[in-house]
This record gives sequence, C-alpha cells and structure tokens, in this order.
Amino acid sequence: MNSLIVLPILLPLLVGASCVVVWRYVAAQRILTLAGSIVYLAVAVVLLERVASEGIQAVQKGAWIAPFGITLVADMFSAVMVATTGVVTLVIVVYSLGTMDRAREAWGYYPLFNILIMGVSGAFLTGDIFNLFVWFEVLLISSFVLLALGGERAQLEGAIKYVTLNLVASAFFLAAVGILYAMAGSLNMADLSQRLGDVAQPGLVTTLAILFLVAFGIKGAIFPLFFWLPASYHTPPVAVSAIFGGLLTKVGVYALIRVFTLLFLNNVDYTHTIILWAGGITMVTGVLGAVAQYEFRRLLSFHIVSQIGYMVMGLGFFTPLALAGTVFFIVHNIFVKTNLFLVSGVSHRLHGTYDLKKLGGLYRAHPWIGMLFLLSALSLAGVPPLSGFFGKLVLIKAGLGIEQFVLVAAALGVSLLTLFSMTKIWAEAFWKPLPDGTAVKAPGGGMALLLGPIVTLAVLAVVMGVAAGPFFALAQQAGEQLLNPESYIRAVLGARGGS
Amino acid sequence: MNSLILRTASRFLLILLFQFSIFLLLRGHNDPGGGFVGGLVLAAALTLYAIAYDVRSMRRFLPCRAQTIIAWGLLAAALSGVWSMFKGQPFMTGQWAHVYILGLDLHLGTPLLFDIGVYLTVVGVVLIVIMSLAEEVEEDD
Repeated sequence: MNSLIVLPILLPLLVGASCVVVWRYVAAQRILTLAGSIVYLAVAVVLLERVASEGIQAVQKGAWIAPFGITLVADMFSAVMVATTGVVTLVIVVYSLGTMDRAREAWGYYPLFNILIMGVSGAFLTGDIFNLFVWFEVLLISSFVLLALGGERAQLEGAIKYVTLNLVASAFFLAAVGILYAMAGSLNMADLSQRLGDVAQPGLVTTLAILFLVAFGIKGAIFPLFFWLPASYHTPPVAVSAIFGGLLTKVGVYALIRVFTLLFLNNVDYTHTIILWAGGITMVTGVLGAVAQYEFRRLLSFHIVSQIGYMVMGLGFFTPLALAGTVFFIVHNIFVKTNLFLVSGVSHRLHGTYDLKKLGGLYRAHPWIGMLFLLSALSLAGVPPLSGFFGKLVLIKAGLGIEQFVLVAAALGVSLLTLFSMTKIWAEAFWKPLPDGTAVKAPGGGMALLLGPIVTLAVLAVVMGVAAGPFFALAQQAGEQLLNPESYIRAVLGARGGS
Repeated sequence: MNSLILRTASRFLLILLFQFSIFLLLRGHNDPGGGFVGGLVLAAALTLYAIAYDVRSMRRFLPCRAQTIIAWGLLAAALSGVWSMFKGQPFMTGQWAHVYILGLDLHLGTPLLFDIGVYLTVVGVVLIVIMSLAEEVEEDD
C-alpha cells in the first residue's frame, strides 16, 4: 500500500511532539525542525514525482474501505500544493533560525510551527470533507497561538479579529458539512461527488454550495469577507507573517477549488458566476486598499487579498486553461508573496521599522537586497519573463477565450496598480535617501540565514518564469484532473467509482 | 480550600479514581469508555486533589511537566498508526496479537496504544488548563 501520502502529515506531527519532549532545549528543537523540514521537502518531491508518473494516489486510513473510512488522496493539485508547502516550510524554518527571538522560541514556536504545517498538509491531502474541517481546525488553532505568541498589544488586537472571524467561518463550515451529510449521507468527497448529482432537492445543493463559499471565502479572504486579513497579518514576527501570507490563505482557496470542482457542479452557471465576480471584486478592492498603505507588511497584506482574487477568478472561468493557470498562479504567488514578506523583515532588521516613510536608501546601502526585492515585486506585478507574467497571461488568455472582457480588463488594470504600489515600496524604501532620524542598525550575525531563503525564492520566481514549461505542464495536468473528477473518484472508490 | 473532610476524602478518591480511569481506558476496547473519558476522570481526580490542597502538592504526582505528558501521548498515538506501515498496510490499520500471561488470554493491539496516547494527551491538556487558571488565582490570594 501507499504510505507515502501519510508522511507529509505524520512527519510534522512527530517532529512537533518531539520538540515538546525537548521543550527546554531550544537548540535541539531547532535542529529537529530543520531536519524535519528537509525530509518533508524530499517526501513532497517524491510524492509529486509519483503522482506525475503514476496518476492519482489514494490510501484508506486504517484499511477502512471508502466511503466509510477516511481517505487520503493526492491528485496533481494536492501534490503540487504539498511540494510548494515543502519549499516554503524549509525556507521559513531557515529564516526563523535567524530572526525568531529567544522568548518566542522558548515558548513553543517550533512545536506550533510543525503542527501548523501538519494542518496545512492534512487539508491538502484529505479526501473527506469532515476531515478537511478537522485539518482546518488544526491549522487554525496553531495559527491563533502563533499570531498571539509574544503578547504584544498590536498582536493581540490583530489576533482577536483573526480568531473571531475564523471561528465564524468554522461554524459556517461545520453547519454546511452537517447539512451535506444529512442530505447525501456521505462525507467522502469522491462519494459525495457521485451522490450530489441525483439529490432530490437541487435547490438545496446550491444553497449549500453558497454556504461553503461563505465559509471558505472568509478563510481565504474573498470580497467582502477579507477585512480581517490586513488587520492581523502584519502584527506577528516576519517569519510568521510570511507563512501566513504565503501559505495559509491559499489553503482556503485550495478548499474552495476542491469543493467547486468536485462537489458542486450541478448549477455551475449560477455558483461559478458568483465566484467569478467575487474574484473580480476581490482583485480590485485588494489592490485599491494597498494603494493607501504606508506600512510595508500591511501593504503586502492587501496585495494578498488582491492576488486571491486572481485565483478565485480562475476558478470562476472554469475552463481547463483557467484552472491550470490558477494552479500555476497559486504556486507562483506563494513563493513570491512569502519572499516579499521576508524582504520586509530584512528592512526591519536594518532600520528597525516597517514604516515606508521612515525607510529609505536601502538600494544604495545594499544593492543586492534591492535587486532581490525587485525580482519578487516585478514578478508579483507580472512583468515578463518572471513567474507572475505567465500565471497572469494564462488566466487572461482563458478569460478572453470565454469572452469575459470586463474581468480581463479588470485583471489587467489590477496588474498595473500592483506595479504602481510595488514601485511605491521601491521608491520609498529603496530609492529615496534615508530620512533623518531613522536608526541604522548593524545587520548583526546570521544575515546569511535571512538572505539564503530570499535568494532561493527569488531564483524560483525567475526559474518559474524563464523555464515555465515543465511547471506549467504540471499545472495543466492538475487542471485537467480537476475538471474531470472521474479519475479522482476512481482512485478513491476503486472500480465501483466507474459505475 | 481548608476542609479536613475534603482533604481526607480526596486522598482516597484520588487512588480510587485513578483505578477507575485505568478501568475506563481498558474497557473502552469493546464497551463504552476509552482513553478520552479515562483521561478526563484522572484529570478530574487530580483537580479535586488540587482544590483540597493546592496545585503545588498536586504537581508532585506528575512524573514530568504536563507539556511532556501531551508530547508522549501524541507520540504514542502516532506510533500506533505507524506500526502497520512497517508491515506494508495502510496507516493506522489495527495490529493484533494474543498474549498469554498468568493463564489469561489477552488480545492486545495498536488501538490500545492509540487509546493510551489519547489518555495521556487528555490528562496533559486538562491539567495545563487547570493549572494555569488555578495558579493565577493562587497568585492573586
């Protein structure tokens, strides 16, 4: 049987628990976490390779046959997401080694981080909708603590908004799962996919679909449910901000894509049109919010919202090309967004502030950091030949293909505004001379731990652009699998699924 | 709380409830019971003792920090699932063995190990919650 799929969940659990055992020895926790994340990445790459060569992998936990037990499924989309998680995890762990303060390390940063990664992997790999809820809770609870850990005033304020809104979303999610079970009598997503087609009340299924849209919409920060995100993501330490901004909201988007390609397909005209426009408006409001910001990380947080809009719009287009573009765009965005947060951490390390008005002169003092920022920023805006260009190109081409001209125009406009606000960061933090009164700190030891991750992610942004072919081939495979759930169903339910 | 009756009773109850919690843990194998409720009973017994005396004297009964109890619980539960993977079966497939001790035929398996993990985790979590709250109150006094 295929135990490879279990490892991305099991590994962080084992490492996290071991970190608690050696609670007093922070150095041991660091080594365990670093080793764990290296192994995780290796496992994720092997899993991706296996899925690419042998097709969708599934394992029935405890040998309880689907749909009665819990199934773990790795299709191309899941495998790509797990591999991306592997890269980001490793990078953030290295960055944490260089930036995390002693107090947070001593109070359980590493165990929490591992449990967070366990939750994220679980959400990507599960094939059971209630299990998905459980993984969401796992990652949310650890993210609550990570967000509040340290207990600074701003942090707690952000955490209250984050916790409240996400608990509301969880309540929606749980209620929706309950109704779904009452209606279809199953929780296995592949099984549900077959059953929802011939439910007696199709109207109820559509209502349920919207309930899920609201739940994942809050978690994924879609208009008009995004306001908690820019209010909280800039408050914790940079490494935490980066993993939240890069990875966490994308779990909501992942769940959205999963349920709206596998489960709710009986009224596509209605549901996916709502998704489409929600995506479009998210895109525009996010970027407009960013224009007004002068706090480095707050500005980036609004951009997260805006980029989420692109992904959701891709789901709304609902063509093979659009879904492939969405997958590609998610991966690109995770790398680039994480990297921009990491760069903001370097500017904080050098000048002790995130306020763009107080920053300045970074390019003159550290040209290399300037170039690294520029690579990520231009990639985010979609300048060729960087990764963002191809993500957006494909999405726009998909939009033109089904004649959604308004949304295509919006997407292009948003790109311009993204470029504008990235230029603003460039002009303020890097180009203009350093304002009087801003401290210049010695970089201190361990700068390599900060710059190594940034260089890695910047190189990935370039490679995904210059050599987009192989990456896009994977995304295309993912998109095709998403649009044809039969292979997913067959992998989970076996021969029975073919009937 | 300064009550002679409660103090005397809680010492006996602690032993009784500990036995009861182990009973529940083992009974959960085929009947209602299990690691979760067993863990709650033990944690309740310790909490009762902490109310009768104070948190510090309750802490004496713990072999290690409550966090460490949770960690071992998680590791035990995870290990019970990994066992089957070494035999090439899916994660968490139950592994069983008959063990003969003192003329008894014991039917042991990894679900019991999983339950022990749950038991430890529940004890640890409840104690952390109780201790953090109680110590805050005791500091205020």
